[in-house]
Amino acid sequence: MASLIAGGIDCDVHPAVPHLTSLLPYLNDYWRDQVTTRGMVDLVSQSYPQNSPITARPDWRPESGKPGESLEAMQHHVLDPFQLSYAICNPLYGVQMVFSEDLQAAFCRALNDWLVKEWLDRDKRLRGSIVIPTQSVEKAVAEIERCAKDRRFVQVLMLVMSDTPLGKRALWPIYEAAERLDLPIGVHAGSAYHNPPTAVGWGSYHIEDYVGQAQAFQTQLTSAIVEGVFAKYPRLKMVMLESGVSWIAPYLWRLHKFWRGVRMETPWVDRAPLELVRSNIRFSLQPFDAPPEPETLIRLFEHMQSDELVLFSTDYPHWQFDGQDALPEGLSPDLVRKIMIDNPYATYPRLK
Amino acid sequence: MNIQFRENQEAASPLTAKTAIADCDIHPARATRTELYPYLAKRWQHHLEIYGVHAYQGMMEGPPYPKAQPNASRRDAYPPEGGPQGSSLSFMQKQLLDPNNVQLGVLNPLNTGQGIRNHELSAALCSAINDWQIDKWTSKDKRLKASIVVGNEDGLSAAAEIRERAGDKNFVQVLLLSRNVEPLGQRRYWPIYQAAEEAGLPVGVHAFGFGGNPITPSGWPSYYIEEMVGHSQCQQSALASIVLEGVFERFPKLKMVMIEAGFGWAPSLAWRLDKAWQRLRSEVPHVKRPPSEYIREQVWWTTQPMEDPERREDLFDVIKWIGWDKLLFATDYPHWDYDEPSRVLPAGVSEANREAFYLGNAKKLYGIAA
Repeated sequence: MASLIAGGIDCDVHPAVPHLTSLLPYLNDYWRDQVTTRGMVDLVSQSYPQNSPITARPDWRPESGKPGESLEAMQHHVLDPFQLSYAICNPLYGVQMVFSEDLQAAFCRALNDWLVKEWLDRDKRLRGSIVIPTQSVEKAVAEIERCAKDRRFVQVLMLVMSDTPLGKRALWPIYEAAERLDLPIGVHAGSAYHNPPTAVGWGSYHIEDYVGQAQAFQTQLTSAIVEGVFAKYPRLKMVMLESGVSWIAPYLWRLHKFWRGVRMETPWVDRAPLELVRSNIRFSLQPFDAPPEPETLIRLFEHMQSDELVLFSTDYPHWQFDGQDALPEGLSPDLVRKIMIDNPYATYPRLK
Repeated sequence: MNIQFRENQEAASPLTAKTAIADCDIHPARATRTELYPYLAKRWQHHLEIYGVHAYQGMMEGPPYPKAQPNASRRDAYPPEGGPQGSSLSFMQKQLLDPNNVQLGVLNPLNTGQGIRNHELSAALCSAINDWQIDKWTSKDKRLKASIVVGNEDGLSAAAEIRERAGDKNFVQVLLLSRNVEPLGQRRYWPIYQAAEEAGLPVGVHAFGFGGNPITPSGWPSYYIEEMVGHSQCQQSALASIVLEGVFERFPKLKMVMIEAGFGWAPSLAWRLDKAWQRLRSEVPHVKRPPSEYIREQVWWTTQPMEDPERREDLFDVIKWIGWDKLLFATDYPHWDYDEPSRVLPAGVSEANREAFYLGNAKKLYGIAA
């Protein structure tokens, strides 16, 4: 494996909310009462069943409780051994699944406040993503503006399998706020399950949902690009988190071909999709979904024609690699430095 | 890709004079709205006049994502005698088959009886289109071979249609579309795979179709380009379903052809499936081997629309990872995104790989004598 270097930035770690009741102190009286009198249950998404092998590495799995719920364990498993400068916390608590915009807004607010108090305040290496109630764009923007006052929030977090494609104009106020406040939009694997998890319907299996995340990322990139998000917000960055990386180049070859063929349909896309991706889109390293041969890896990075696209991640506590082998074999020392340090700093203005 | 390319074609195509090719994705069209009526019972003719086809989408006619050109087809492909592009055998011969020395042309009729909510009507229309393929096309030009179009949502009637046509040398494959009511690995479609395997016919899965599901995992997108690019994502999800439901394990002689959805994504999808399978195989014990092995052995890919890297040689890495023995050349005639045979492979490909790519793989797969 390629050698890790100290001072890196882990762009995708997942602190877990132990239980819905953990958020009660962060809810107002009305919502606290709603949660308890209505018997609301823990919001665990079937994207990551607690005991599924991908949800936690065997040696990162606690004896009790949820993987990722303990700060001490995260320090012991990743922050210390990987000698990280920063780790960006992307909570995957299932608040996106509820349909009421009021309930979702209350849960997001509580989740963001919980992250500050229970994590960011307790380790100065931690940074956070703002989870937003996408059922209401107005409430989402308000939550972004509220949280952005704390510079430790470095990103806005959305799920890749969303209610509507991410490029849709109705969502643009979210991007306006994010660009204005120096916050990239992190798009993470996972579904609100408001649409079937594949473009051809509901599959049978958890593994099918997980494999299907890559196809969801592909359609979302198409949407963001052809709707003109980056023509309107040229400084906005989008970071594809836990997306896989081996599909990027062939996907872009196809998008580029069709853009050349039918660009009259979306004339505001005034730069080639390949160029837009190089300037505005980034991808987290794990899960690295290519075979473990260095020659294949070298060709894949060659195909991307850029060393700025990939950002280091462990995806803690998800099981993507063993031991310290977060960097696949074949990466040059220069590329390791770009992936672990330079690219994340260039992507997240608030880390500086 | 379009009319401008055609004007210089003869000068630019030294290949066409000598090299025989297979075209594994040709779309024959009906010249008139009622051209299928002679093959349909009176009951269904009346039904169509009154109620239309009642598909898994809202438009009575035409697609909800308007195409970039009329009928998504080349503007130079209208037959001189009238009718839509692709509706005249003599003009297809003159424009496609003769100048390109097409030795084998596989017909994939679209807008037939598939994606229709009334499954009885679906079966009747599919049977009609199969008779029509013989009468209008394959019986009149021996280079052309038909696909058995089947009512995709009713596996049992689809299997009956396959058995009815099995052994008829006019047909070389069974045709499905990628977007259905459920992902294609689901059990409702297994009778189709069983019948195809028994008949020794590959199952082609062509991009497109209506199944009622939003065409992304995040809902309905806005534009035609999103639908077009998205065919590759639909195809990936359909193939993942086929692998993960154990279709290849249960039907080990089944061969499948991924048609008009690109192939650049194939290695990445296979790697991703393998990686996930290593972790999660206890959920799918019926998938006994790494998914990439089934794909390598049982799946073929038509070439059009070829992915288009800035550096053409990058595509050769991908072809090497898939296997030169698994690609089937296709033009997609008469559609606008037609790939011109003389232009898709740059210099530097070995003679053996070139021959396999253009003709040999297809003849072998479709059982056409050398």
